[in-house]
Amino acid sequence: MGFNILEPGLSTTVQDQGRIGYYRFGIPQGGSMDQYSATLANRLVGNTRKEAVLECTYVGPKISVTEDAIVAVTGAPVDVIVNGEVRPQYERLELKKGDELRFGVIRGGTKYFIAVHGGIDVPEVLGSRSTYPIGAIGGVNGRAIASGDSIKFGKKIDNGLPIVTTIPESDRPKFGTTMTVRVLMGLYNHNLSDKGVKNFLTEEWTLTPIADRMGLRYSGPGVEWKDREQPFGAGQDPSNIVDAGYAVGSIQIPGGTQPIILHRDAVSGGGYAMVATVISADMDLVARSMPGTKTRFESVTMDQALDARREMRERDARIWS
Amino acid sequence: MTQVAEARYTWGGDEFLFVEITEGMSLESNFISNSIANALEQRGLDGLVDICPANASLLIRFNPDVVDHRELESVVRSLEQEVRAATSQVLSTRVIEIPVWYNDPYTNETGSRFREGYHQRPDGNDLDYAAEVNGLADADEFIKRHHESPWLVSMVGFVAGLPFLYQLVDQPNQLQVPKYLSPRTDTPALTIGHGGCFSCIYSVRGAGGYQMFGVAAAPIYDPTQKLTDFSDFMVFFNPGDIVKFKSVSENEYRAIQAEVEAGTFAYKQVPFQFDLGAALADPEGYNKKMMEALNGV
Repeated sequence: MGFNILEPGLSTTVQDQGRIGYYRFGIPQGGSMDQYSATLANRLVGNTRKEAVLECTYVGPKISVTEDAIVAVTGAPVDVIVNGEVRPQYERLELKKGDELRFGVIRGGTKYFIAVHGGIDVPEVLGSRSTYPIGAIGGVNGRAIASGDSIKFGKKIDNGLPIVTTIPESDRPKFGTTMTVRVLMGLYNHNLSDKGVKNFLTEEWTLTPIADRMGLRYSGPGVEWKDREQPFGAGQDPSNIVDAGYAVGSIQIPGGTQPIILHRDAVSGGGYAMVATVISADMDLVARSMPGTKTRFESVTMDQALDARREMRERDARIWS
Repeated sequence: MTQVAEARYTWGGDEFLFVEITEGMSLESNFISNSIANALEQRGLDGLVDICPANASLLIRFNPDVVDHRELESVVRSLEQEVRAATSQVLSTRVIEIPVWYNDPYTNETGSRFREGYHQRPDGNDLDYAAEVNGLADADEFIKRHHESPWLVSMVGFVAGLPFLYQLVDQPNQLQVPKYLSPRTDTPALTIGHGGCFSCIYSVRGAGGYQMFGVAAAPIYDPTQKLTDFSDFMVFFNPGDIVKFKSVSENEYRAIQAEVEAGTFAYKQVPFQFDLGAALADPEGYNKKMMEALNGV
């Protein structure tokens, strides 16, 4: 036994590092939306990076713990409540058989993560435990967790690293209400007019409530496309292209009104022109937005994107040493 | 190949290389995209994560920690040149019969819930609209045109296992229908959809913006992998597959569903060497040849 789910929360799913290599069949990469937060939780409980965690959305689950467990909660700020008492986030918590774990009201962001020593043990599908609800694979029977589910822990792990009991403040992710997201312009940005590019890169965009694991939609002044004759098979709107593969993190602007950033459960392709792509180092940052977050898109070069990725890898190596 | 222009290379962030063969859709562009994808797969390269051929483009995911993006681009560019220089374009594929109940109550009911603000034509159903915009007499004539000639799977994606289908007839004779004005939030699983020049089969229930013409009788995505067609993989279609729709009645549809339920259903299909040059030179005659192969099973 492990976790007995008393209440599932709004949308709590099993996630890990993702299901890489099946995008060509329309199966998204999945995985914890904020990988950095999830990895901190795994570090605290003595796992490796690979163990599956529970990803909570706004309202977390109410859980009865049915065996002693080492647990940590990271990600969006929220009260962690054990047997009615508030316990800290970003710390290693030792829970006893019979303890009850629940959560307070979220104070920023939308996603927080529960790791347990040994990991959440559900069957791997195509090399990952991540839940893909549309395709009904991964997680608990291919769906979000539900009341009455019994979730097992994996075997005890020796990750060969010193125990970490708390994550220092300086290493914790920030959950603000404004952010600058770095993007690499490209794909179909040449279909935007100069004014369209200017709007995209200089105006402020506000995250709407239409935001989930598939994509995040922003409101703002819109963009303008160049006048041109649409190619055969593309569709009549200037934001249409012949259906193509979508890069994860790419930004499309259907109708030229609201930009959408595709995230880890994105559809793998479609007929809307993408104009830029969030760099890999900033995908977790986007996952920490909440509706209302004021966002600016900053254009960077490939070299800058790769430097940012290198810094991300160095931080990861430091956390895992 | 006859196309001389070079593809357009561009980056989707630091993990994706996007290669646009042509802006517009054509059978030749689809062949080039798939051929580059196959050549890259065979060549192999450390740091390659996913090769996703699409209708007239190719999306390649790579791990920039392992492979330099400039090296990847130069490898793909050289493969593109090899593909374009090849004198014959033959694809080892298969022809598959897909039974469809056209003008069924499931898609009609869903369509009726998404009219005002979603659809171009409030009266009638999507088939009536499709017939009208193609200048055909009625829905029945449109249905006949939809299943009498074969389609090529030009891309798999959007959601798990969904095939995009390109009609193997001269461009002026291709069925073209605009997408919904605004996407629906619901589409029945296995709906036969159509948007622009592409048909598709919705592998799972969910959102969608294509016009709805009918439902396929058997699954094309099966995560439980119960049917023999799914013993190797949960996704049925591959890019390059050739589909022949077969119009079935409600009774035939129910009989196939019973076979699916019993686990005995298998798709009628035959291996086929698809020769692009021959197909382009005489589309009608070549389609006949494919149908003979299928009906010889």
